[in-house]
Amino acid sequence: MPTLKIPTPLRPYADGQSTLTLPGKIVEDVLEGAVAAYPMLRKHLFNDEGKLRPFVNLFLGEDNVNQLEGLKTPLSDGDTLMIIPSIAGG
Amino acid sequence: MLPELSHKEILRYSRHLLIPDVGLEGQKKIKAASVLIVGTGGLGSPVALYLAAAGVGRIGLVDYDVVDFSNLQRQIIHGESRLGDLKVDSARTRMLDLNPEIQIDVYNEVINSENAFRIAEPYDIIVDGTDNFPTRYLINDLCVLTGKPNVYGSIFRFDGQASVFDAQEGPCYRCLFPEPPPPGLVPSCAEGGVLGVLPGTIGSIQATETLKIILGIGETLVGRLLLYDALDLSFQTVQLQKNPECKVCGEHPEITGLIDYEAFCGMSAHDHDEGSAGDEWDITAAQLSSRLKENPHLHLIDVREPHEREISNLEGSELIPLGQFAARMNELDSAEDLVIFCKSGTRSTRALEILASAGFKKVKNLKGGINAWAREVDPSLPVY
Repeated sequence: MPTLKIPTPLRPYADGQSTLTLPGKIVEDVLEGAVAAYPMLRKHLFNDEGKLRPFVNLFLGEDNVNQLEGLKTPLSDGDTLMIIPSIAGG
Repeated sequence: MLPELSHKEILRYSRHLLIPDVGLEGQKKIKAASVLIVGTGGLGSPVALYLAAAGVGRIGLVDYDVVDFSNLQRQIIHGESRLGDLKVDSARTRMLDLNPEIQIDVYNEVINSENAFRIAEPYDIIVDGTDNFPTRYLINDLCVLTGKPNVYGSIFRFDGQASVFDAQEGPCYRCLFPEPPPPGLVPSCAEGGVLGVLPGTIGSIQATETLKIILGIGETLVGRLLLYDALDLSFQTVQLQKNPECKVCGEHPEITGLIDYEAFCGMSAHDHDEGSAGDEWDITAAQLSSRLKENPHLHLIDVREPHEREISNLEGSELIPLGQFAARMNELDSAEDLVIFCKSGTRSTRALEILASAGFKKVKNLKGGINAWAREVDPSLPVY
């Protein structure tokens, strides 16, 4: 199953988990699985129209999924999908 | 025409001169370079120290703040003898002790849309060592509009990021993050904490990238974002692409001048943790003390994290961490008088907003949080 890495700022909304292993054949399946398991994640990932929020960057390996096929990007078992957070500390 | 090096400078920089990629010519380039460091805090400390030591000829420092005791866990350019001093003065003193051969300009002001072009004008490279989203977007747009490279670093708890945003060669910060997260989603270091060594790691990477840009050697982080996880001790880089629809560096830019960045981000351009919900909703520590004498059973709600209650605590308070607040607010009775508190008032203000939007009216925010209580009412508690 693919793995979703949860960044530190979103972990309070995913019961403190840093990674989630979820079934799915495309990126959308994994995100839907994550928000089904942790409903408080939904508003941080999706807007009211169900679209990914602009500050949520999803990377599969080195590539932004927006440069692949977006939410429809296919996933294989063992793939790691990473949410890159916007952080501002200095 | 590059500046010459004195015999004293040749000895000082001899370990650089021995590297073929630097050599005498490279050290002269470093001497001729000018770098503006925005922020002299966690990231700015190692950046300023290493660039001063390396012999960058002209360094500008921007900061409006003074040295505070809680800075010293990570802001290694300052010291206990400088508490209360302007950070730019404290940093300059330390840098000139390290290397009196360089010029250091200080700007004791908040960088904003009115003064940013003036402050940045004399410098080749801008290093972003700020602590808040509005200033990060300001620096990005300033660098895109002036064609200067933005050496970016950012930290939170155990996580760090670094990149070089140079819109003439690759993507900018807005290509990656077109908009900031909503206010309150990402805690600042003042609220969420940061490992003291983390800015040392990321700031050193920023200083490295700055020197590579000056020298024109190696592969910089242009077009790449470096992600550092101190807990796993892992470094990972991801590829960044220029966004053709970017509002500042895209094909049809909408942003052609600096804007109001606090309005754009919906938050203040500092990370001071000093939340106030406004006079109508705030209760001061002294007022709460009086109220508790009249009603010892007043319902106190602590929205901090469990481990913070080991530092200081108000007896009889109930813990509902902010992350769980929306899901657990049905445990609260809107007919009851409630007082919400956190460390300094920022998180409790957010919890109060959640309750107020759900129709709660008998709810107050402890202004300044438990730290204000410790300062004004119960000095037996520590301030943190």
